[in-house]
Amino acid sequence: MSIDRNPGMALDLDWVSETRVNRSAVERRASTLPGRRTVKSHWQAAWLVRAIQVIDLTTLGGDDTPGNVRRLCAKARNPIRADLADALGITSLGLTTGAVCVYHEMVESAVHALAGTQIPVAAVSAGFPAGLNPLDLRIEEIRRSVAAGAREIDIVISRRHVLTGNWRALYDETRAFREACGTAHLKTILATGELATLRNVYRASLICMMAGADFIKTSTGKETVNATLPVSLVMVRAIRAYQARTGAKVGFKPAGGLRTAKQALDWLILMKEELGDEWLSPTLFRIGASSLLADIERQLEHYLTGAYSASFRHPMQ
Amino acid sequence: MTKVADILTTMEYGPAPESAKLANQWLDAHSRAFGMYIGGQWTTPTPDRMIDVINPSTAKRIAAISHGTADNVDAAVAAARKAFKSWSQMPGHARAKLMYGLARKIQKHARLLAVLETMDNGKPIRETRDIDIPLVARHFYHHAGWAQVMDTELPGYTPVGVVGQVVPWNFPLLMLAWKIAPAIAAGNTIVLKPSKWTSLSALAFAELCDDAGIPPGVVNIITGDGGTGDILLQHPGIDKIAFTGSTEVGRHIRNVTAGSGKKLSLELGGKSPFIVFEDADLDSAIEGIVDAIWFNQGQVCCAGSRLLVQEGIAEELYRRLRARMEKLRVGDPLDKAVDIGAIVAKAQLVEIETLVRQGQAEGAILWRALLGMSNGGILLSSDALHRGRAERHDRPGRDFWPRAGGNDLPHASRSDRPGQ
Repeated sequence: MSIDRNPGMALDLDWVSETRVNRSAVERRASTLPGRRTVKSHWQAAWLVRAIQVIDLTTLGGDDTPGNVRRLCAKARNPIRADLADALGITSLGLTTGAVCVYHEMVESAVHALAGTQIPVAAVSAGFPAGLNPLDLRIEEIRRSVAAGAREIDIVISRRHVLTGNWRALYDETRAFREACGTAHLKTILATGELATLRNVYRASLICMMAGADFIKTSTGKETVNATLPVSLVMVRAIRAYQARTGAKVGFKPAGGLRTAKQALDWLILMKEELGDEWLSPTLFRIGASSLLADIERQLEHYLTGAYSASFRHPMQ
Repeated sequence: MTKVADILTTMEYGPAPESAKLANQWLDAHSRAFGMYIGGQWTTPTPDRMIDVINPSTAKRIAAISHGTADNVDAAVAAARKAFKSWSQMPGHARAKLMYGLARKIQKHARLLAVLETMDNGKPIRETRDIDIPLVARHFYHHAGWAQVMDTELPGYTPVGVVGQVVPWNFPLLMLAWKIAPAIAAGNTIVLKPSKWTSLSALAFAELCDDAGIPPGVVNIITGDGGTGDILLQHPGIDKIAFTGSTEVGRHIRNVTAGSGKKLSLELGGKSPFIVFEDADLDSAIEGIVDAIWFNQGQVCCAGSRLLVQEGIAEELYRRLRARMEKLRVGDPLDKAVDIGAIVAKAQLVEIETLVRQGQAEGAILWRALLGMSNGGILLSSDALHRGRAERHDRPGRDFWPRAGGNDLPHASRSDRPGQ
């Protein structure tokens, strides 16, 4: 499934300034939603398979090597053991993760390791994770990653523009990133743990979408607080409002701190309830994670056998 | 294609049923016919004086309860009077000990009580499991504390005597807890009649009282219809009446008890406004509306059933509300992911539909989310009636139902009977 890319729109500061977020109400909705919806048995297994399909399987360590990126890519190509896929009856599905996400220096290794598959390589870029490198270098970094074969670019926004209310600067910068991406899809990381308020999260989400983001993403995984359900709720509501006003569909990617199968289900439920079934596919929903896949594979094995295996039986790299 | 592959194409939630086994075993153990708990003894059910108990989500009969007579009420009031002598004289900490024990029994049997309440009332298991029953236990713990510290913290307070209590069907066991826990903590004794539609959890509670060693006669449970309730309310041996229910019945009680010297506490219906101003976070306001009006199928005395919206944002709010209504799941109340279960009884459903038709005839626009999942029971979709102008009130206290009425605020100058 493919959709038209978000073309962006002119900066609308009135819209930005009139946004309001009721924090207590958001926290209440976020804390009660996982108790209001649940999936059991076959449905749970299927939803976990879907969770695998939306994972941006990620390694962003200072100690990344071509070797461990190759092993991660092997996991992306075959996310669960063949016998499990067979028992689930989904062998013909050709199950893979949604993407592999790495630093620029590892793009080439990843592209090479994923040759012959449809799995895109995503590169974190623009001075990830702080976003404080010179602007021209950040733009150049995007160009180099796209040239190296990255089909998706995860940039970090300048948090200082949000914290100082410099929306024009944030818009212009994100526009420039989008142009540098060319045909590669742009995911904008808000680093919500550093934006101080939920209203700032909502406003930054709007600015990024106005500037043409294909996805808005919660976190780098390097902040003290990363993806949470309340910030995710605020961001998906911004996506809904943006679609209502412009017709454009923007994707959502929580990242950082999603480690358990149960969390993955909570986020899928959030997408289904707040945005609808269209956001339950890798086209419009991704989860940035590394160890999550191991827990999902373990839960699927439990679904099939009734027994839990030790986590070391599901190595990632 | 296999099942998992099929589900991947639809991404539906699928069923998540809570098992009815525990409750069915309990009902079977009582041969699905219940007597009344009077003076620590169970009366024998007599076949010609029984009331059918219907599970509103399946419309099937699941048990029968006794139709209490004047003799039964006499016996219950006499038992309560007898027990009052020793219960009111008992040291507070001794009453507290028994009540703490009772609270623990409620927690121990929370699953049975939650499932039973859902089968009897039709409300979603999520609400009985997460709200009703945990609160019941907490009320008994809390008021056990009252009993414990009464001598020092509530000096000069004395028990009233025998209290006649009549509770409604919307939160059957929780309303029972609100009534019984503080009353017995203070040393009163009780004759309680639950609604004829929802008596099972009160009968299960009586068993727990027995089990916890509450002395015979302190808590008496009689069952029956409004006639039985009337006999109780007018019984000369009652010192105080506590009633929760409709405004109409509340007025009736006030009339028939006038001059009798009985103390009276009434908790009646209301039509509570939910006001949205233009500077609200509308998405969050929508969730507030959802919890205010569709919680417990709208069968709440303080449900936010009158929606007053500032004109400039009214259309946008209604658009979002209609979209949100499509996400509400109506269905088997034993399913853990269902938002709206069954309406308590057929008669109630008929009244609701009549009021909806009446509202439409008066020019209101009905928005009804198209939600299937009916299984032959008494189910109703989420409704919203949009009036767009203020005119008549909506029968205060009577329309207990999953329906939000919308008015644009600048036109809503008055409500005819506020505070009811």
